[in-house]
Amino acid sequence: MTKPASSDRPGIRFGYRANLVGLSALCIILLWVVVALFAPRIIPHSVGEIVDADFFGPMSRDLWLGSDYLGRDTFSRILMGARYTLGISLAAVCIACFSGVALGMTAAVAGGWYDTVLSRLLDALNSIPSKLFGLVVVAAVGSSIPALIATLSVIYTPGAYRFARALAVNVNTMDFVLVARIRGEGLPYLIGSEILPNILGPVLADFGLRFVFVVLLLSGLSFLGLGVQPPYADWGALVRENIGGLPYGAPAVIFPSLAIASLTISVNLLIDNLPSRVRDRSVE
Amino acid sequence: MTGNLVEIRNLRVEATTDSGRRVEIIKDVTLDVAEGEIVALIGESGSGKTTIAMTLMGYARPGCRMTGGEVRVAGVDMVRLSETERAGIRGTTVAYVPQSAAAAFNPALTIMDQVIEVARIHRLMSATQAKAKAISLFTALSLPGPETIGDRYPHQVSGGQLQRLAAAMALIGNPKIVIFDEPTTALDVTTQVEVLRAFKAVTSQHGIAGVYVSHDLAVVAQIADRIVVLKDGEVQETGTTSEILKDARHPYTQELLAAFRPTVQERGPENEAATSGPLLQVDNLTVGYGARLRDGKPLVSAVQSVSLRLDRGRNLGVIGESGCGKSTLARAIAGILPAHAGDIMFNGRALGKAGRSRTRDELRQIQIVFQHADTALNPAKSVEDILGRPLTFYRGMRGNARDARISDLLDLVRLPKSVRHRRPGELSGGQKQRVNFARALAAEPTIILCDEITSALDTVVAAAVIELVKELQRELGLSYIFISHDLSVVEAICDEIIVMYRGQKIEEIAPARVKAPEHPYSRLLFSSVPKLDPTWLDTLHQDAEQVRTYCHR
Repeated sequence: MTKPASSDRPGIRFGYRANLVGLSALCIILLWVVVALFAPRIIPHSVGEIVDADFFGPMSRDLWLGSDYLGRDTFSRILMGARYTLGISLAAVCIACFSGVALGMTAAVAGGWYDTVLSRLLDALNSIPSKLFGLVVVAAVGSSIPALIATLSVIYTPGAYRFARALAVNVNTMDFVLVARIRGEGLPYLIGSEILPNILGPVLADFGLRFVFVVLLLSGLSFLGLGVQPPYADWGALVRENIGGLPYGAPAVIFPSLAIASLTISVNLLIDNLPSRVRDRSVE
Repeated sequence: MTGNLVEIRNLRVEATTDSGRRVEIIKDVTLDVAEGEIVALIGESGSGKTTIAMTLMGYARPGCRMTGGEVRVAGVDMVRLSETERAGIRGTTVAYVPQSAAAAFNPALTIMDQVIEVARIHRLMSATQAKAKAISLFTALSLPGPETIGDRYPHQVSGGQLQRLAAAMALIGNPKIVIFDEPTTALDVTTQVEVLRAFKAVTSQHGIAGVYVSHDLAVVAQIADRIVVLKDGEVQETGTTSEILKDARHPYTQELLAAFRPTVQERGPENEAATSGPLLQVDNLTVGYGARLRDGKPLVSAVQSVSLRLDRGRNLGVIGESGCGKSTLARAIAGILPAHAGDIMFNGRALGKAGRSRTRDELRQIQIVFQHADTALNPAKSVEDILGRPLTFYRGMRGNARDARISDLLDLVRLPKSVRHRRPGELSGGQKQRVNFARALAAEPTIILCDEITSALDTVVAAAVIELVKELQRELGLSYIFISHDLSVVEAICDEIIVMYRGQKIEEIAPARVKAPEHPYSRLLFSSVPKLDPTWLDTLHQDAEQVRTYCHR
């Protein structure tokens, strides 16, 4: 990336303008990140410990969000679950977006056979239903956290590839790319320096959106029992194990669902309300 | 109320910027247009000429607001009307001819449907009457096959025809005044002659008043009764056409006029002595696009066996209209589009056809500068990075040496040091083109291919860029291949001119002999360049048969 525009230039003002919705969404996301990082230190009870004689207990002063189907503390389990949901999703989305965007830009710049073969290959991968794909992988290699991350990233790479390729194809037709090509620049420079800075905004938005998809799919897989395995539990797994509490309106099933909703909705709101750069060129 | 059709009094238009600050873009403008009079608004981009013309329709672009004064059109103040009332006046009293007719037509509807749409919306006449009126307008605008041209779709007619059809669309509602917004800027000169003639005939025939927005003084001289010169949203000077042309008082007007008289390149003998064999020699170059046919030829040939020769320190001009293959020729020489056949010899050695097969040093020696600096500069990078990359890439320069060289380059193209950290979006059109040129200079080339480098610029700015290019040649001993559709640019800078037509080189002439070209097409092309003389269009006689042969109007 280029250096930030020097701020000492008189007259030209740059600034970012964020709105309230975007800021509050960012706060919620940051809160979950902090929770995920420091969960072991802040949980009031151990996640495996049975602290309530009753199961699906109500909210009380001791057990803030009630107890789950075995009488364990729901609040502590949600805090710990944040680690798995956020960690696995973030790792998967990073891998998916990095490989998808890198391949997409390469395909757009290289074109020809490389582009055709890669596009068809990833289209084929895209046509496999994601839950089914997860099911097959888990059946074949068993469910472990690395396997989950790998599966999720493979599932979301084609989408990121398509998105980045579509953007890069447009940038690739600009004269400045032609100038760089005829200067004799190689592929890494072309994609890293000429194309990437110009598609970065949309790619980041896509990253956020894809993160939401991954969270939802991971929760879905865990709900089906294919995701994170006991004794660990992510939010999807928490919903699943406490599903029996639904008829009683147990907080143990409602709050993990709310946690998933709060994270995904916040990411969506943040993407829709990203701070916009204020450019005012006429003040010179 | 006096007898004027349009009376603009103390008009102010404000725009709100991104950060909510208000900028006055039209400052206290007052002007009149009498019945049947054509008034030209002339000025550089950003001078507010289109904004003023738009207020005649009561329209201000998004983010802009008319904040003061009045715009009386046929006695009605457009500023104070409601949007519905304005809509009733648009198309019937005031009509508009846009700059790009190609973008103004809907590609999915036939031309006739769109031309008579105004009559339909305002319920002016029946569809049959409207069609009859349209056909009579097509005839008046000397369009070919007026009976049937309306059944075609916009992409089936040429650019010049489409521009005249847009005028027909504007005239169908019998407007009292028509706004022409740079209607010939996007056209070739030979086409422009015909379109201007048609506009002039139709407006004088029907006694229609006009506001003609343009940055081209020579075009305006042909069509306008009065000229209003604008700069920074203020009227600088108003006068009849001949007053402005002969007796301009305001310095800016004088500058505009001066830009029209570029000095012809004068050469000392030292340049002659420096030549030792051709620097660049192109033999029978054939270039094309599309899939290869069975005989190995490309589907569409854009350049057909063109040969040229460029000596060290000399300049070659390539001139022709859009689609003649001049840019393709430059791209083939630069190696962007590999030639299908022919040879390119540089310094006595054959160059690979594709850029990929050339060495880094060969690539460095021949640089190309593109027309649109907007797309030729990466919007995400600072000027420093843009200029620094060729230095690092070709010369391995880093750190202080690189910084010093970037400063030198900015000096060379007369840019202030302060632009160094800016991005292209924060520069003006002329500044961007200078950065674009400086990037080519950074490679320290021997030849620079200039592909229409001034055609996107205002007259005054373009003249300054040409002046700069000439100076740099004197300082650095460069050779240029100058590609342009503008004869005056090429004439000003080149030692030799090639005229291209439909992919072929039809004539090679020295600028001194531009007055007397031999090939009929060159004659037609050169005679079509508008002159500042207001009687030029009326006295211009072109052989009708040649016009038919060579112009795809």
